[in-house]
Order: sequence, then C-alpha cells, then structure tokens
Amino acid sequence: MIEEGRALFLQIAESVEDSIIDGSLAEEAQAPSTNELAAFFRINPATAAKGVNMLVDKGVLYKRRGIGMFVAPGAGDLVLAERRTAFADRFVEPLLIEAKKLGLGPDDLSRLILDRANAARGAANEPTEGVAR
Amino acid sequence: MTNVIEVSGLTKRYRDVLAVDDVSFDIQKDTIYGLLGRNGAGKTTVMSILTAQNFATTGDVRVFGQNPYENASVLARMCFVRESQKYPDDALPAHAFKTARLFFPNWDQQLAEQLIDDFQLPLKRRIKKLSRGQLSAVGVIIGLASRAEITFFDEPYLGLDAVARQIFYDRLLEDYTKHPRTVILSSHLIDEVANLIERVLVIDRGRILLDEDTDSMRDRAVNVVGDETAVDAFVAGREVIHREKLGRVASVTVLGALGDDDRERLAQAGLDVAPVSLQQLIVRITQHAGSAEPSLNDEGALR
Repeated sequence: MIEEGRALFLQIAESVEDSIIDGSLAEEAQAPSTNELAAFFRINPATAAKGVNMLVDKGVLYKRRGIGMFVAPGAGDLVLAERRTAFADRFVEPLLIEAKKLGLGPDDLSRLILDRANAARGAANEPTEGVAR
Repeated sequence: MTNVIEVSGLTKRYRDVLAVDDVSFDIQKDTIYGLLGRNGAGKTTVMSILTAQNFATTGDVRVFGQNPYENASVLARMCFVRESQKYPDDALPAHAFKTARLFFPNWDQQLAEQLIDDFQLPLKRRIKKLSRGQLSAVGVIIGLASRAEITFFDEPYLGLDAVARQIFYDRLLEDYTKHPRTVILSSHLIDEVANLIERVLVIDRGRILLDEDTDSMRDRAVNVVGDETAVDAFVAGREVIHREKLGRVASVTVLGALGDDDRERLAQAGLDVAPVSLQQLIVRITQHAGSAEPSLNDEGALR
C-alpha cells in the first residue's frame, strides 16, 4: 500500500484524493481524521497531519472547527484537473520513449490506441461470447 | 518547537576508547525519534548518560532544562527500557510492574493489564525463568504503561516474534496518539520502525551522522541500474554512496532527489531507477562515512 522512495505525506494525501475521485468520499462529506489515517496506514500521526494539511492548503479539504475535516465543494474537479495535467508526464511521456525505441512513431501509437479501445468496446458489446468459454 | 533534551559537546571516554565524541543535538517535545546506528556506535552510552545512569566525561546535558543527575523531579518524568535490564533473582513480573507503578506518576494500570494480555506474559513465573522474548515484553510493558514524558527503548524487540513486535508498534502508535510524548527508539530493524519515527538520529562511531525528518529522507537517494557506461555518464557530478557491478551492468546509489528532467534522461538512456529504503540508505551512508574518513584512532587528524 505504501511505496518506498516517496514521501509518506504525499502518499497519504493521494490516497484521500483517490477516494474523492472515485466518489467514495463525496463533496461536503467528512474526511478521515489524522489519527484515523495514522492508525490505518500504521504511520506517525505527525506525518499523516502533514498530508492532511497539504490538502487543506490546496483547497481540497477544509476544517470545521471542533468537528473535523470535510471535502471542499469543487474538490473533485480540482483534483481531476491536477491529475489530468500529471497524466501526460506520468504515462504519455514514458510511452513515447518506449515506442521510439521500438521504431513506432506517434501515428502508429494513436492507431494502436484506437484499435485497442475499439477491441475493448467490441468485447464489452458481446459479453455472451466471453462467458461461453 | 520546544526541546525536552539539549545536548552540547557531549564526550564519553572509557580509558582509551572514545565512545561518544563531542556530540550536540536536541530532542523535540512529543516526537518519536529513531536512534539508529551499528553495534558499538554509542547509542546505549548516550541514552544512559541522558537518564543519569552514566557520567559524561565532558559536555553539557539538559533534560527539561535541568541537569538530570540525582535530580528526582527530572528522573521521575523519564523511563529507560534497557535491553539488558537486570531484575532481582526471585522477582516476578508482577513485582516489576508494582515497583514501576510506585515510581512513575503517570502509570496506567489498565494499559499495563491490556499489554500483559496482548503479550500473554506469565505473571507468576520468575523473571529469571522467562524466555528472552518474554523478558523483552516486561520492558515494553513498563515503557508503555509508565507513560513517562520521555521514554527510551533500547532495542526493545530482542527475542520478540513478528506478531509481538507488531503488537508493540501498534500499541506504541495508538497510545502516543492519545497521549503524545517523547519517545526515543533505538533499533536495528530500521524498515520496521521507518513509518513510526518522525525524526531519525544516526550515530556512527560516537558521532551524529544524521539528524533529520524521516519523511524527507524517503526520496533522498535512488539506485540507478543499467549499462555501466550509461550509468557512469548519468551519475557524473553526483554524490555516489555505493556501487555494485555485475558484468556490464552497474547499480549505483546516488544522493539527491530526481527531477522530471532527470527521469526523462534516465528513460532516454534506458536506465532503471529503483527506490532506496530508509534501511538501505542508512546502511549506505554509514558505510560511505566509514570509507571516506580515517578510523577513530586518527581522530586528531579530523579536527
């Protein structure tokens, strides 16, 4: 669950953001507390607090005095926009580099992506065939 | 951040052995520290001086702003769980806990009983007859239930199996969350405690090698693996702390976090990057310090 080599507070913040993106943590819902996060991930509470504070600074969470942390309105769009920007760096860039090694140009790549996407859609449309085997 | 311990210029010499060599550091309030280092590095000596169980040769030690020697008001607020704690010959665990209860003002009997249950510790067997793991459990229970403002655990896990160690880590974290206090944990099982400790103090041959925030150490170094020429080209100008070779493939540990351009360069060159765990990093840094500096016997030349 926790990876080596990356700051823990970033990983804690990302796990909360993941819950917001997949909808399990709705806007205006109460977010897990620092202590709950520390206990769940078995990490130092100060580190968990650093992750939560980062989300507050970014406007993803906000504090209701005496009650706890809540998901800010618009947090979903905010996180999604940020992840989409990072998507090109994290996934497309390495894809291009590996493709170049194999002699595949950008046009070949886009054709491959479309073929795969179509195949996946086709398989989804004929579910009975998959079940029969 | 308030400091509960302040050490400056601490030196401890045993005849011709320099166990602690002019160290200075502070310990912040309500923080869990990992005190890490090889056997004989000086960890136990430092802890016993801080708890007034040993004398400094020179230097100044302040605990809660005071000198701890024969200072009952300071000593009652500290608990030192020694790895080699000695008990009277006919003592039972029950006796040890009763004594601790009298000594530590914050003692929590309920927590002690819960821990006795967790560790399945036989209360009516003489401590002398306990297994190494059960003996460690006695120390761990006293260390946690005393709820002292500063608690030192010196390799508290000896003989404890993996389940019992996990119980110790979980209970420590749980109780620390409810009752924040300062904990100094000396351990060789670095990867096991890496996520519990907020700061690391690495001591090597009597000197402090590192005094840092644990989380900021996590991306401090990387392993670069691949064709030797390509690896060498990438690591040129960086601080290399370890190097291994197998045929034409080299694996090199370099200090410094990688930026996006670094990662792109690595990918272009077909090199792999692997993270370095806290344990690996500390092993490498300690080895690197050992090879880069003359041995302790040449200490005069270092200053």
